[in-house]
Amino acid sequence: MTRFIAWRIVQLPLILAVVYLITFALVWLAPGSPYGNNDRALSEAAKNDLKARFHGENWEAFLAYYPWRIVAHGDFGPSLSYEGWSVNDVLSSALPVSISLGLFSILIALLCGCAAGVTAALHRGGILDLLSLSAALIGISLPPFVVAGMLIVIFSDGLHWLPSGGWGQFRHMILPAVALALMPMAYIARLTRVSMLDTLGHDFVRTARAKGLPKRTVVWKHAFRTAFLPVFTYLGPATAYAMTGSFVVETVFNIPGLGQHFVNGVKNRDQTLILGTVLVYAAFLLVLNLLVDIGYALIDPRIEITARPE
Amino acid sequence: MKGEFHRGRIRFGGLILLLLLGTCIVTLPWTLRSSSNFYYDHQHTDSALLPPQMNTTWMWFGTSKLGQSLLGQCLAGGVISLTIGLAAAAISVFLGVTVGILAGYRGGWLDSLLMRIVDILYALPYILLVILFKIAMEKPLEKMLGSSAAANLVVLFLSIGLVSWLTMARVIRGQVLSLRTLPFIEAARAAGVPQYRIFLRHLLPNLIGPITVYATLTVPQAILQESLLSFLGIGIQKPMPTWGSLASDGLGLALAPVASCWWLLVFPCTLLGVTLLALNFVGDGLRDAFDPKAEASHI
Repeated sequence: MTRFIAWRIVQLPLILAVVYLITFALVWLAPGSPYGNNDRALSEAAKNDLKARFHGENWEAFLAYYPWRIVAHGDFGPSLSYEGWSVNDVLSSALPVSISLGLFSILIALLCGCAAGVTAALHRGGILDLLSLSAALIGISLPPFVVAGMLIVIFSDGLHWLPSGGWGQFRHMILPAVALALMPMAYIARLTRVSMLDTLGHDFVRTARAKGLPKRTVVWKHAFRTAFLPVFTYLGPATAYAMTGSFVVETVFNIPGLGQHFVNGVKNRDQTLILGTVLVYAAFLLVLNLLVDIGYALIDPRIEITARPE
Repeated sequence: MKGEFHRGRIRFGGLILLLLLGTCIVTLPWTLRSSSNFYYDHQHTDSALLPPQMNTTWMWFGTSKLGQSLLGQCLAGGVISLTIGLAAAAISVFLGVTVGILAGYRGGWLDSLLMRIVDILYALPYILLVILFKIAMEKPLEKMLGSSAAANLVVLFLSIGLVSWLTMARVIRGQVLSLRTLPFIEAARAAGVPQYRIFLRHLLPNLIGPITVYATLTVPQAILQESLLSFLGIGIQKPMPTWGSLASDGLGLALAPVASCWWLLVFPCTLLGVTLLALNFVGDGLRDAFDPKAEASHI
């Protein structure tokens, strides 16, 4: 176990380096140097800032120095499109917003999805089963921005319960998080239902019932704990989805998250900003995936993860 | 009984898909001819933002902000949306099956390398990758094809396709791992059958099931990806329509509290939703039909 974790932690910077190289190749080498021959004129101030920070008198020196600066100082340099902002400023103001929105929506998806899945499995073939399954199908068949729009029409314009945009208080977070949670919730509900049905057929469930344990204990303590495993592995991709889906939802609800900065960066060919955003996202997701894997081993005593380097 | 259920779902979903795709393709002569009222970019300047009217055919779905016929836009957009989905599925089948078979059959360092790459790509947010590919490929392609609209379309096909092969590769690798220990593969190898022939004649036919299933499930995902990109303003270039871009264009006007232009959102969204639903129907039905443990997983 320790060996597995240690190996994964060693892998982390290596994977990040690969991500850096890929992003760099895709974003920077294709459209060319920021100093000239570009569709976007770089402002004098930004150019000077770049030169001062990266000893980048010319393009080649800059290429060589940039990664070193990131590793040694955690400095991604000035944003090329937001004047007077460094990429680190943008990241530190927007990242907490995106992360809290993403995690909150995953929490909602997890709670509601598991509840719906277990209910559906217990009432297999009944009305509740059909209802939760059709809800799940609709959930994966509508683009999130449409869902977000409908939520605004119903709960904000119609019922005046929740604000239709903005950020700062908890109630600002509810509608966007629900809009974002719908898709992972649908997947989690389907996963839970299938694996719950599978588990309920096992002998240990019948034994637990036979020795007189109440149904609720058997369902939640015995069956659900086993049935939860596939759902747990889905958490990694689900978070990745929530973090990117938030790009769209943030735009609809006018939330100052990382999504809009990334999209602006892409539109304005702001290479430093794109690189910074991608690296931070990747690091966050990799760490999260690592935690999921460790948690997986802790939950299921049967699993012994062996170190990967065969 | 159960088989009938699967077949029913596959037929039902398939029928809807065929009807939609057929209508979109059959009407192409009208939606692409610039003199027709249905032409997707025919701007009737005097009739912008009109609600649906039953007595004139081209106004069945209402008109857009620039006075284009929404019906015409939806029909033309359907072709593009579905083509994006199919192209992405084709790329994902080609890449995913190749990588999956190589990794599963050859094993060793090649397997480790390929699967690590898949892991890394899995860890990166999907949209991020699509956007990165798009940035990198758009300029060179524009030079190659000589037209920015064509480059935009091709880049969309490629970038969405290039990130959607991961699940396919994993599934195929798993299948190949279990297939290659079976006696008939061993027999083929012992008989000196060359490797490419083992791949094509012995492995591939046994993989048709999962390939069909995951290809079908890739199509709705790709269509959804395109709609997200269009929503963020980095998808298809105007005035070319797709269902996703029509829906995202209509969102603001349809949500306006006063004088809501509901038709701009309702029609493209319904078409999009019905298509995705039908595709998921077919995909799920196929998966259950091919899955030996279908009893547990029929959803």
